[in-house]
Amino acid sequence: MATTPHACETCPVHAEMAQLGAAVGGFDRVVALAGNPNTGKSTLFNALTGLRQHTGNWPGKTVTRAEGGFQFAGLRYKLVDLPGTYSLLSASDDEEVARNFLLFGRPDCTVVVVDASALERNLYLVLQVLEITDRVVVAVNLIDEAKRRGIEVDTRSLARDLGVPAVPIVARTSENVMALLQEVANVASGETVTSPLRSKGTPEFERAVMKLVPMIEAAAPGVPNARWIAIRLLDGDASVEEALSTGKLAELVARQQAPDARFSRKIALQGAQ
Amino acid sequence: MSTDVISPADIIREAGALRRSLETGFREQVVTSLYGEVERVSRRAVRDHGSLPLELDQKIDRIVTSRWLGLPLMLLILAVIFWLTIIGANVPSAMIATALFAVEDWAAALFTSWGSPAWLTGFVWHGVFRGLAWVVSVMLPPMAIFFPLFTILEDLGYLPRVAFNLDYLFKQAGAHGKQALSMAMGFGCNAAGIIATRVIDSPRERLVAILTNNFVPCNGRFPTLIMLATVFVAAAFPPAVASFVAAGSVVTIVLIGVLFTLVVSWALSRTILRGEASAFTLELPPYRRPGMMRILYTSLIDRTLFVLWRAVLTAAPAGAVIWLLANISIDGVSLATRISDALDPIGWAIGLDGVILLAYIIAIPANEIVVPTMLMVYMATGMMTELESMNDLRRLLVDQHGWTMLTAVNLMLFSLLHNPCATTIITIYKETLSVKWATIGALLPLTIAFIVTFATATLARLLF
Repeated sequence: MATTPHACETCPVHAEMAQLGAAVGGFDRVVALAGNPNTGKSTLFNALTGLRQHTGNWPGKTVTRAEGGFQFAGLRYKLVDLPGTYSLLSASDDEEVARNFLLFGRPDCTVVVVDASALERNLYLVLQVLEITDRVVVAVNLIDEAKRRGIEVDTRSLARDLGVPAVPIVARTSENVMALLQEVANVASGETVTSPLRSKGTPEFERAVMKLVPMIEAAAPGVPNARWIAIRLLDGDASVEEALSTGKLAELVARQQAPDARFSRKIALQGAQ
Repeated sequence: MSTDVISPADIIREAGALRRSLETGFREQVVTSLYGEVERVSRRAVRDHGSLPLELDQKIDRIVTSRWLGLPLMLLILAVIFWLTIIGANVPSAMIATALFAVEDWAAALFTSWGSPAWLTGFVWHGVFRGLAWVVSVMLPPMAIFFPLFTILEDLGYLPRVAFNLDYLFKQAGAHGKQALSMAMGFGCNAAGIIATRVIDSPRERLVAILTNNFVPCNGRFPTLIMLATVFVAAAFPPAVASFVAAGSVVTIVLIGVLFTLVVSWALSRTILRGEASAFTLELPPYRRPGMMRILYTSLIDRTLFVLWRAVLTAAPAGAVIWLLANISIDGVSLATRISDALDPIGWAIGLDGVILLAYIIAIPANEIVVPTMLMVYMATGMMTELESMNDLRRLLVDQHGWTMLTAVNLMLFSLLHNPCATTIITIYKETLSVKWATIGALLPLTIAFIVTFATATLARLLF
């Protein structure tokens, strides 16, 4: 795994970063911001894009996906701020926005923002995201607050165990955000090859999944994450069954890949979503 | 696998068959192993030096969310915010009004000296510009004080505590506890509050939250409430206590709004949206020191200027409409007078008058412009053409148009309860994709507003 030393404000890498605000179109890469509610996703989003997406100290602040851009090391990135979610299985409207984008939006890299003070609880979502994509960077946010509580997170150990990069940051002060971006760039370009931690089912279970995957791919061509859909079908997830039988799945795939300029512009202008 | 086309139904059937072939509880095993994995990973990565709970946070929470002190403290905080807004806004409001009306006179004179016809000067300066001047001077100072204070609470982490305190009441009403959050957003803007109901999973409870969001006054209505509380209610008391009375009456109105939210939620949960309240978890995040720059940006640019801009956009055409209504006459009587006369009987029945109702009709696009619209219609139909201070305003309304305490109180109630603005109604439609719910969302509050103000007017006339 490519590791960068701590990028400080004076490093040349800092000069390679530029906020692109709500500029839409012409992006080289798409990066999604996922995480539990109130872990600082919108704060990080604002720090990177220079936008003023409304932030506030309460869970459930972001209910739609906001989009913005930044430039790093010569490449233009589209950043998508998703509503906070505890898992990818439940289905309130805001959580579905997040889930659908992660599943069908094909981000080049997903940054899962976790709260350093509540790592264990936050890790369930990380593992669920790892089930559907291996292009993940974990941003361990709010390390300053955790430190005050006497909690320290060893991000090296975390990265080793999860099989993806993990970077400690303080989004509010942009501390270490450059190091995070470097990891994001490496994962998005494929330079960093990750080996995500995945819980294996029994051999019979794996066989069942492998039987369904080609069927799903044949029925809904171009669908990403056929494996995830197969697992949900084996679980008897009614909403996934419905999406499949009504053709909503194909529609979802198409919609997630279309630019959602309407939302991003609205939020950039109005903030108070 | 066969080569012919695979239908979704085939896949679902196959998945069902495979599921049955697997030993029961296969998924539980996976989930259990996931939990075990999480625990192992986190144990290795976290060095917990006794995990000091944020002691100060806990101490504050013990008071702020306590059974007995939680709600009174919330009301006290709200009252202090309104009081600061009221005492702080008066002087700048008057200064801005004086300055802008001086501009109006100066510019109108300039227009006339350039040979502009009277109707053009009147339309542009006494119509459109005066509308704008009123909106800016009445709304800007209170918002510039109220929003930063509210944003500090939001950034601090107080809102989830409010939800926590109100959870019990919402549960009793058959509504979702998170409705307290969308309600709190409604104080900023009801359209935003309705979008915020997306955090509620259950469609039934989400609809309850959408239909009742209107009962908290948005920032388009706060200036109206604050003005009425200051100019009418507080004026009946000695100056020493006037600002406290004004703040107290705004808090009372907010309380009535919350009461209606709960009662209507309760009624909906027992009639057209029958069901029980579902359980939910809500995190109480640690208190965080608000970032000063962020607060100023959010409250002044995102909120104050956004609202003001919206008001300006709607006030300009409204000013034009009013000017036209006041200056187009049929048989020597202006349209404004004709319409307001026609509305007078309904207005009287609910303790208001025809002009106020006309103002509410013109102001459907945005609640922000109700008061300016009302004043412009009064001024256009009355003798007085200029207002220099809040006292002039009082004289205009009381002496020339027969306002009483009942008018002021009922206008506050009507403003609190009446139909949401057009933007909010459109938002209800967009969120529910149902004409039926959008219609109910508009007519239910309007009906309630008429019933309540009719009741208070009748009662007041019987008693006094």
